[in-house]
Amino acid sequence: MRALDLDYMLGLVPVLLGYVPLTLAMALAAMVLALILASLLAVERVIRVPVLDSAVVLFISFFRGTPLLVQLFLFYYGLPQVLAFLTQINGVTAAIMGLTLHFSAYMAESIRAAITGVDRSQWEAAEAVGMTRGQMMRRIILPQAARIAAPTLVNYFIDMIKGTSLAFTLGVTEMMGATQKEAAGSFLYFEAFLVVAILYWIIVEALSFGQRRLETRLNRAFAR
Amino acid sequence: MIRIQGLTKRFGANTVLGGIDLDIKAGERIVIIGPSGTGKSTLLRCINFLDRPDAGTIAIGDLSVDAAKATRRQILALRRATAFVFQNYSLFANKTARENITEALITVRGQSVSEADARADQVLRETGLSDKAGSYPAALSGGQQQRVGIGRAMALDAELMLFDEPTSALDPEWVGEVLDLMRRVAESRQTMLIVTHEMQFAREIADRVVFMDQGRIVEEGPPQRLFDDPQDPRTRDFLRRVT
Repeated sequence: MRALDLDYMLGLVPVLLGYVPLTLAMALAAMVLALILASLLAVERVIRVPVLDSAVVLFISFFRGTPLLVQLFLFYYGLPQVLAFLTQINGVTAAIMGLTLHFSAYMAESIRAAITGVDRSQWEAAEAVGMTRGQMMRRIILPQAARIAAPTLVNYFIDMIKGTSLAFTLGVTEMMGATQKEAAGSFLYFEAFLVVAILYWIIVEALSFGQRRLETRLNRAFAR
Repeated sequence: MIRIQGLTKRFGANTVLGGIDLDIKAGERIVIIGPSGTGKSTLLRCINFLDRPDAGTIAIGDLSVDAAKATRRQILALRRATAFVFQNYSLFANKTARENITEALITVRGQSVSEADARADQVLRETGLSDKAGSYPAALSGGQQQRVGIGRAMALDAELMLFDEPTSALDPEWVGEVLDLMRRVAESRQTMLIVTHEMQFAREIADRVVFMDQGRIVEEGPPQRLFDDPQDPRTRDFLRRVT
């Protein structure tokens, strides 16, 4: 066993930190898009629009049933061969698209479960004052479902941050890609991947702190 | 003037409402009494389509809805002409007492926030809850929650207020304050249709008492007549058991 090259590791930190914004931006963009898509999918699953419902079920089934890596390759390397306009797509966009579609399928299911978990009295009260279905969802049901779904959704976000590392397989130089390049130059694979692992870990821990704050805020209305 | 004709509701093979006819004059306060499971709550819930009736018509003012072919637009119009007070309060759990009152005014009636807030302030004063304006339902007692529930309905200035056993879920200590508030609503000549087991209260405030049994109206009349001189043996039997 050899000693760790600590100087190399410390030197690597600022290099990799430079890629944190890209990693976070990809995760954040995918999270926002996935939340919107997942909410629409979930609402559809609850009210069950004929025909559309079958399409949504198929969508969720496919994106939950196949690996993220396979989906990314399918979008980035496969689809452009069939759909010519996609040849312009860059790795970052493809990664955001892949993460969005993949995670929206998972998130749709937990949002759907959260919506059906909102007490029946809340639906009836909204109906009784004459709200339309859209108003009822937006004003009463989804805000309460958000509280129920929040812990799982933050978990998906954490998973998504780590999932951005797969973008390096699409030729994107993000944190993981940069580490790969650094390690290939120095041959210090253990040091390099240890540093990047710790960086991911710190980001996720910071997020978990945010999660606790968020949950306290969402529970505000329910504290006695 | 509110006119209900032939209102029918079946759950599977079970007929819960067997053709209800009921006319309600503006400002009239009607109390519905009768044994449990006899369709009293279902009648109320069919009037605003929380339960969809199978047949019959409901007319409130210019609006006339045929249950068999009611459109979504008609159902919304009917709900907006009525206000509902629930047995279990059913306050919006994610809204404060004040927001529970302003929510429908803003979202459904399209009032401005300041307009709705002014109305909420007035209603909170009338319900004695001004100091609870910023409290969420979870932090209120049962009695306070139901007063917010009644306040939410009052703020709508609906043509018809429906009360579905508003005191049945309350601890006995809170029943008095809720009945007091309902008395004040009654004094304002608000048109009310109330399902309750509070017979003394019915006697005090009702213009007319309706006795229902097995999905039908058996007998109706002014409280003195219905309570002191019931005509139908089923009414007599019921009143003997509850008083």
